[in-house]
Amino acid sequence: MSEQKANKNEWPLWEVFIRSKAGLDHKHVGSLHAIDEQMAIENARDVYTRRMEGVSIWVVESKHIHASDPHKAADMFEPANDKIYRHPTFYDLPDELTHM
Amino acid sequence: MKNHILYTLQLADNALIYGHRLGEWCGHGPVLEQDIALTNISLDYIGQSRSFYQHAANLFNELPEAEKLELFQSVALEEKIKKAEKLDEDDFAYLRDGWDYRNIMLTEQPNGDWAVTVARAFFFDVFQALYYTQLLKSKDLQLAAIAEKSLKEVSYHKRWSAEWVIRLGDGTEESHAKMQEAIDNLWSFTGEMFTMTAEEKAMADTGIAMDTTLLRSKWMEEVTAIMDEATLKMPENNWMHDGGKNGRHSEHLGYILAELQFMQRAYPGMEW
Repeated sequence: MSEQKANKNEWPLWEVFIRSKAGLDHKHVGSLHAIDEQMAIENARDVYTRRMEGVSIWVVESKHIHASDPHKAADMFEPANDKIYRHPTFYDLPDELTHM
Repeated sequence: MKNHILYTLQLADNALIYGHRLGEWCGHGPVLEQDIALTNISLDYIGQSRSFYQHAANLFNELPEAEKLELFQSVALEEKIKKAEKLDEDDFAYLRDGWDYRNIMLTEQPNGDWAVTVARAFFFDVFQALYYTQLLKSKDLQLAAIAEKSLKEVSYHKRWSAEWVIRLGDGTEESHAKMQEAIDNLWSFTGEMFTMTAEEKAMADTGIAMDTTLLRSKWMEEVTAIMDEATLKMPENNWMHDGGKNGRHSEHLGYILAELQFMQRAYPGMEW
């Protein structure tokens, strides 16, 4: 069986995002196979929330995610390395401000 | 009190035998995700059975000694009772023989292919959801509490199985044919859900058990709605199996118990 044919018989891949509690953001937790979005959510419930990990699930079909090219990581990210002035650490804060 | 115990065991046995059957899928599911879904459901049911068995054991241990031997015809269990030992949940699961098991025969039917497992789940889940909803009103507050906890689980099970009935029924020609065949083959095991044993009737009169005959029309309504959506035909045969609740089972239960009970029978009291 060619690789292409094997893939054709596989269900589509989905990425799963779980919100652990109200107010927090959805975090990527992993992926799974499912026929459609409804089954993806139900599978995600069974695979990723067995131990009360979440209160909300997002799924998105993996093919809809576009990623940065790992080979271009150096160009993309390293220029930020020596620009510490981009962090707001050079301000004098009044003493009354405690939660910064 | 004796009726109360036997009725509680009936609820427990349904959950245990069905949970055990689903557990047989562990490692054999068609895809990893559904394998996990089924074993989750299996563990829900086995958890429910534990609650019922614990309750039955508490009731049993309060019986006068003379009455304790009147309830069962299982040698291993009787030996334990004769030693004046208290029983616990495990004793009921591991030391009763088939004729002392009171589960409906639908729960012990083999997994078959995916459509058979789905059809069996669908019939049972719809019933369990209706039944536990009624059981919330039980005068036995412990049973009502178990029903409350279990209802959330069963509502999800029902969603799972109904979803699959629709998927397969309204799927390809092959999946439709397999789903219809599974529905037709298991249909004659659904009648037993709506019959009552003498013990069950007595308990229903006291408000502890529920009148399950009243649930049939609602069950038919729910099942028909899903079957319609799945483009499946309701079976027309009305002949129904009966007997599981009274300890008369199909040939399959013995094999289940052989596997389930082997360790405790071969090495009594063994722990791991």
